[in-house]
Amino acid sequence: MNTEYAIELENVSYSDGPLKIIKNVSGSFRKGKITSLVGPSGAGKTTLFRLCNGLISPTHGTISIYSKNIQEYEPTKLRRNVGLALQNATMLQGTVYKNLQLPRSLAGETLTEDEAADLLTKVSLDKDLLKRNVGDLSGGQRQKVSIARTLVNQPEILLLDEITSSLDRVSTNDIENLIEKINKENGVTIIWITHNLNQATQIGDDTWVMMNGELIESGPSSLLKNPENEKVKQFAKGDFI
Amino acid sequence: MSFLTLSLALVFVLIPLILTKTLNLGLGKDTIIATIRSIIQLLAVGYILTFVFESENLIYIFLMVVLMITAATHNARKKGASIQGITWKLVLTFIIIEIVTQGILIGFKITPAEAQYIIPISGMLIGNSMVLSILFLNRFTAEIEARKEETELILSLGGTPKQAIHHSLITSIKASMIPTIESQKTIGLVQLPGMMSGQIIAGADPVQAVQFQLLILFLLLTTAAVTSIILGFLSYPTLFNSRMQLVKWPDKNNDPA
Ligand SMILES: Nc1ncnc2c1ncn2[C@@H]1O[C@H](COP(=O)(O)OP(=O)(O)OP(=O)(O)O)[C@@H](O)[C@H]1O
Ligand SMILES: [Mg+2]
Repeated sequence: MNTEYAIELENVSYSDGPLKIIKNVSGSFRKGKITSLVGPSGAGKTTLFRLCNGLISPTHGTISIYSKNIQEYEPTKLRRNVGLALQNATMLQGTVYKNLQLPRSLAGETLTEDEAADLLTKVSLDKDLLKRNVGDLSGGQRQKVSIARTLVNQPEILLLDEITSSLDRVSTNDIENLIEKINKENGVTIIWITHNLNQATQIGDDTWVMMNGELIESGPSSLLKNPENEKVKQFAKGDFI
Repeated sequence: MSFLTLSLALVFVLIPLILTKTLNLGLGKDTIIATIRSIIQLLAVGYILTFVFESENLIYIFLMVVLMITAATHNARKKGASIQGITWKLVLTFIIIEIVTQGILIGFKITPAEAQYIIPISGMLIGNSMVLSILFLNRFTAEIEARKEETELILSLGGTPKQAIHHSLITSIKASMIPTIESQKTIGLVQLPGMMSGQIIAGADPVQAVQFQLLILFLLLTTAAVTSIILGFLSYPTLFNSRMQLVKWPDKNNDPA
């Protein structure tokens, strides 16, 4: 597995009935790097993540993980290795602990309270939250629990969908640091969706810009500062101070 | 009771007809249709049963049960239209109910293997199983819609379809069984069960009528549990494809009726 790319897409399209959601996307995500995925609402970013996690399959084209067609992976193994933190941070009813245990219990294993407490510390949450009901969490706390829960499976590839959207400045910093730490220490390939272009440029090694189901531009993160593409110029305009 | 006295009983149809007319409920047509249908259907069944009982031929018993299963399937399938292959799943459920209950009843010599026993008991059990199926399918389709995000969360974390649907399935099985269990708690206090009332009116010993009714109640409990569980485990796999993805539903889960 010493290929350069973690995920490669070849002419990938996804349609829901007559609706074309992803249109002929070709590109790759470098292994061990952080890629920021940006683009206006409805661009198809979340759909791309669902494709990579195997929740849906492309209507056309192929997705390869470590050069092997995604269809050849056993679905449960694929999803554990390509971890996805969902945009809305869906929670099971019950305690934070129950939610953190979920990935383990699905595999027939248990997560000790100590392990769970460590995970909370990792995402800068207080251990006391463990026994808290998820219904009583703030939006930001939910997002952090959602990240922690995705980390339980120790994925090699991590897909994070707008995980800082309801975090304050300090929490956002915590999470940005966490992303860089996981990437540096464990060599995890991270792709994350954000609407903050400053954040995308700072944290990402690479950037993908999607619009209207298409991949408009991809390359090193600096591309957002001097975009060549007219549409990207329009999109990035005003976001940098 | 003669047909003449029975026609006098039509007075009880006139009362709701007059009420619906005066209160403008607009149910007059339905009431008339329901009355006519029940007269025709029940009389026909009465004559058919007389014929079947007298002929003592097993093939007629078999045909009667097939007819019941066909009618029950036809009624229940609309509620599960969004579940692939729901028709044969219902048929299989009803067949299992019939075989299990009659197998135990006849096998242990609880009731004799005679049309007089097999047909009415089958009718009650398949009818009950049909109602249970409708309750289950209604709830199950609603649960799946409502818990779509939860289901996908579990899948996304590496859970199997069975794990992802477990909560919806258990909730629906429980919910569909509750009416059966609840109604058995108050039975005899509020209303006498139909079969027992019938036997008592026909002059049977009340204690013997009660024994029979208890047998039926136990059978109904079994039917309730078996119906929901079989139907549930037959249905959930069709919601997923071989890649363990939630299959998108055709938008026809609301019955036209
Ligand atoms: N399950 C679905 N069924 C039908 N249409 C869908 C479905 N999921 C997404 N879409 C449509 O696909 C398009 C892309 O959606 P997607 O959620 O991927 O966008 P996004 O880039 O993540 O947007 P946002 O930034 O708002 O999260 C949208 O037009 C959306 O309405
Ligand atoms: Mg999205």
